[in-house]
Amino acid sequence: MTSSPQTPLVDLSGVRFAYGEREILRGIDLQVPRGKVVAIMGGSGCGKTTLLRLIGGQLKATRGSVVVDGQELGALGRVPLYALRRRMGMLFQFGALFTDMSVFDNVAFPMREHTDLDEALIRDLVLMKLDAVGLRGAHGLMPSELSGGMARRVALARTVALDPMLIMYDEPFAGLDPISLGIIGQLIRRLNDALGASSIMVTHDVSESLEIVDYVYFVSEGRIVAQGTPDEIRASTDPFVHQFVHAEADGPVPFHYPAQPIMDDLLGAAR
Amino acid sequence: MSRTTLDLWVGLFVAIGIAALLFLSMKVGNLSAGSFATTYAVEAEFDNIGGLKVRAPVKSAGVVVGRVADIHFDTQTYRAVVVLSMNDGFEFPKDTIASILTSGLLGEQYIGLDAGGDLKMLKDGDRIRITQSAVVLEKLIGQFLFNKASETPAGGTQ
Amino acid sequence: MSAVANLLRRLGGGVVDGIWRLGFVARFLGLLLLLSGQSFRRIHLTIREIYFSGVLSLLIILVSGLFVGLVLGLQGYETLQRYGSSEALGVLVALSLTRELGPVVAALLFASRAGSAVTAEIGLMKTTEQLKAMDMMAVNPIARVVAPRFWGGVISMPLLAALFSAMGIFGGWLIGVAFIGVDDGAFWSQMQSAVDFRFDIMNGVIKSVVFGIAVSLIAVFEGFDCTPTAEGVSRAITRTVVSSALAILALDFVLTSFMFRGQS
Repeated sequence: MTSSPQTPLVDLSGVRFAYGEREILRGIDLQVPRGKVVAIMGGSGCGKTTLLRLIGGQLKATRGSVVVDGQELGALGRVPLYALRRRMGMLFQFGALFTDMSVFDNVAFPMREHTDLDEALIRDLVLMKLDAVGLRGAHGLMPSELSGGMARRVALARTVALDPMLIMYDEPFAGLDPISLGIIGQLIRRLNDALGASSIMVTHDVSESLEIVDYVYFVSEGRIVAQGTPDEIRASTDPFVHQFVHAEADGPVPFHYPAQPIMDDLLGAAR
Repeated sequence: MSRTTLDLWVGLFVAIGIAALLFLSMKVGNLSAGSFATTYAVEAEFDNIGGLKVRAPVKSAGVVVGRVADIHFDTQTYRAVVVLSMNDGFEFPKDTIASILTSGLLGEQYIGLDAGGDLKMLKDGDRIRITQSAVVLEKLIGQFLFNKASETPAGGTQ
Repeated sequence: MSAVANLLRRLGGGVVDGIWRLGFVARFLGLLLLLSGQSFRRIHLTIREIYFSGVLSLLIILVSGLFVGLVLGLQGYETLQRYGSSEALGVLVALSLTRELGPVVAALLFASRAGSAVTAEIGLMKTTEQLKAMDMMAVNPIARVVAPRFWGGVISMPLLAALFSAMGIFGGWLIGVAFIGVDDGAFWSQMQSAVDFRFDIMNGVIKSVVFGIAVSLIAVFEGFDCTPTAEGVSRAITRTVVSSALAILALDFVLTSFMFRGQS
């Protein structure tokens, strides 16, 4: 079931994935060592979220292997996959809180579904999880009454409700104000270390993630184009990394969508 | 909304729903113990059943004692065979007469039973021997005209 | 020529799409039934949905039933009294309601009140990734979200149809007996002698059960299958109401032709 602590928790090799004809990933090799926080960065639509779906087993790779905790996901049936997922947590981009349940019930949801704990114990656990994200006082609210940052924190508490071995974050910083953004960043690091879990974070927020992660992969056009520790990334002279880290409009990632020269288009329209 | 209030509402809903079903069955559909009473089948042959239909009532002295279960055509005798399902508890002598009657001038047709004097009673699968067919209005009118026609010349000669 | 070919191509495409969709629905229903056992073990999920689709539809069903009964009473009396048989009003009202109007109109109202709400809810859960989140938490959304809503609808529908019919008969009685002055005894006794438990009441109940299954299946499927955008959800809701209405009327024809074939 579990492999030795030396082997990475998540190991992708030669992973390709296509939606029909459209190829999203073209050969990805990526490892997440145990206990570390790894960031996957890249522009919008480069296949980062697809990568998370593959690791979560929601999609199956067209080619290559996705191994999580020693188990090849492509070969797993529904039951063992669900067993594996109980030890994973995923924070969705906008939290994906259940809108028909209170904050308390949202966090209690995975416990009630997967354990036979009695209500008193669940109550204590939920309040502890909510306390960890600083929202114990908000347990009676409905998701519609929360701000975006609070909702993200509640979702984070729900994600870690069952103390997962692997936590995945899909754009955890999207649409947050700077304060909430800092809070979420700190929580991701603290929870990872407190739970002894490993984390994968998909993001395009460079400065915030470089502060908290251990390792970074850059993805572009379905391939890994650069990787390294935050210090290596900051010092990198790679033109792609440089463009990304310093947020330049044009560079290896072109500003323009491929098109014929503009004069042709304009003159063509005039004609 | 708390779980107990929700359960209460659902319980109330299911209760009045079932009450409505019972109302429809008992008060509207007239379901009573009699509707499920056991029955025995008796056959009767008719020359002409007129407009008799399956499920038409079988009455004796105006009281419903059974229903028409099936109507089919006997290719050997070229007569109509009507299967009556009689409620248990209503027993009729073997020489009972079955006739097809009409309630009112244009009303629905039913089967009327006139009890005979035999000591043996009809049992399941028995056949009623004496039957009287439906009155067909066209035939009746035809007969009437024929009689009138045969009467008048006779009266004229006298 | 090419216009005809184009038309044929579009027709063919439509038919193929339709068959695909039907296949998806069948597969979805199979999965739903397979996973229903799992959700029955937690019956309060289904009870909750009976509340949302049944209890919350009560008002519209009762009020509509009453009005349909009132109209039947007025119209029926108007026609029957010309033939001097206004006592048959009870028969007319009861037979129209139990055989046809009760199940059909209640199902149409149920589709637009509860079916659309179920589609909207599931569609919105899909759009906001709640279903995916549930799946990632190793909780099957079909067992947790879809099956209770389906069974809630299937259980509520016959009860609502019965309430509709009962309310309608009360409405007919109100107009006929209390307002116009048809004899109370004749109203009920004629009704009782003409309405048969098995042929009229039971067939009506069977109809409402079939409609409940059809509407609930369409509602949960459209929600689960919708394009996860605001526009996709609104289209799915429209499709639920339209296909439910068509399914109810078509099924009603099929069921009626089977049930009352060879009857008077």
